[in-house]
Amino acid sequence: MANDKVLQLNDAEFDSVVKSAQPTLVDFWAPWCGPCKAIGPVIEDLAGEYEGKVTIAKMNVDDNPATPGKFGIRAIPTLILFKDGQVVDQITGSVGKSQLVALINKAK
Amino acid sequence: MKDHYELVILGGGPAGLSAGLYAARARLDHVMLEKGAPGGQVLLTDWVDNYPGFPEGLTGFDLVERMTQHAKRFDLNTELACVTEVDLSNVKRKVLRLEDGGTVTCDSLIICTGASANSLNVPGERELRGKGVSYCGTCDAPFYRNMHVAVVGGGNTAIQEAEYLTKFADKVTVIHRRDSLRATKIIQEIAFANKKIEFLWNKRVTSIEGQTGVERLQLVDNDGTPSVLDVQGVFVLIGVTPNNAGLPLQLLQADKWGFIPIDGESRTTVPGVMAAGDICSKDVRQIVNAAGEGAVAVLAAEKYLQSLK
Repeated sequence: MANDKVLQLNDAEFDSVVKSAQPTLVDFWAPWCGPCKAIGPVIEDLAGEYEGKVTIAKMNVDDNPATPGKFGIRAIPTLILFKDGQVVDQITGSVGKSQLVALINKAK
Repeated sequence: MKDHYELVILGGGPAGLSAGLYAARARLDHVMLEKGAPGGQVLLTDWVDNYPGFPEGLTGFDLVERMTQHAKRFDLNTELACVTEVDLSNVKRKVLRLEDGGTVTCDSLIICTGASANSLNVPGERELRGKGVSYCGTCDAPFYRNMHVAVVGGGNTAIQEAEYLTKFADKVTVIHRRDSLRATKIIQEIAFANKKIEFLWNKRVTSIEGQTGVERLQLVDNDGTPSVLDVQGVFVLIGVTPNNAGLPLQLLQADKWGFIPIDGESRTTVPGVMAAGDICSKDVRQIVNAAGEGAVAVLAAEKYLQSLK
């Protein structure tokens, strides 16, 4: 499994990770959210495929309330693509892999 | 993943998992294809109180987990794959085209692609999705602590979710286009007794407004009188639309909404192709009949595969 390739992100580390040279896709999720669970294997897949090119990260919104609040997140899963610390684009809901690949490609 | 299977089960909700259980026990050469983790719409359900065998009730999450474990115990074979097109033009060799460019062929197919939430199709809905517009109370209720939210709909899902939302929101206003609910009586009784739930009858939402998030809904009464409702969130729970993208609807003689008709053995109009669960053309969409149809579909698949030998 590519599980360990997904970066588990917290409020404290958030800024330094999304401002790094590599684009970052953050999956905002919670353990009680069914669709977040459904999308999980796809995130793991992407982490394997984009290793070294795009950081694929997950942030538990229960444990880290500050960052989701900052980005006005009121539904999960929400996936936000960051480049140089800026939001490039975002998707809400359990979407297919192709839509996530299209989102990631916007960082190019 | 192999190139060919005797049986492909397309989708991993309760219908697909039940079909998977029966296929694995029948030792059929099978695979269940799912684009994410198994579960389907049940994952959106906070509490399941009407699935036989669980007298205390359980979460949708737990039920899926149990169904998955159950099928895996008999070596259900699953693959992560997104099917973009089902080609049934050659009945002897059914072809599934995958998002990654690959193909899988099979002798028999069970379609369990399910359904997804309908949209209101009103101005503001798309723009404010995830910013106050939600289709899953179970997922997003905790973001509405101490707020006022609206629920649109009058069926089981809408009323059950309204009840769930009162655990977080201060006030939940149910907006329904009729003057009575369609939800099961016991669900209605609980909702009517809940002081945090208010009902607006005979009204429809005409637009959703707000700058950075939902601020208000424009409503219209059935007699044409407009009104405004200030809310911070709106949960749209007005029935489902079939997940039928890439299916040959004409060949399967889909109904006018795009659901697929089946007979008493879960067979479609195409030999060797069965359907089960919410994708089927029917009045009742419950977990229990989805699971039933999944089991019946495998027995039909076995018969069909036998007939080829």
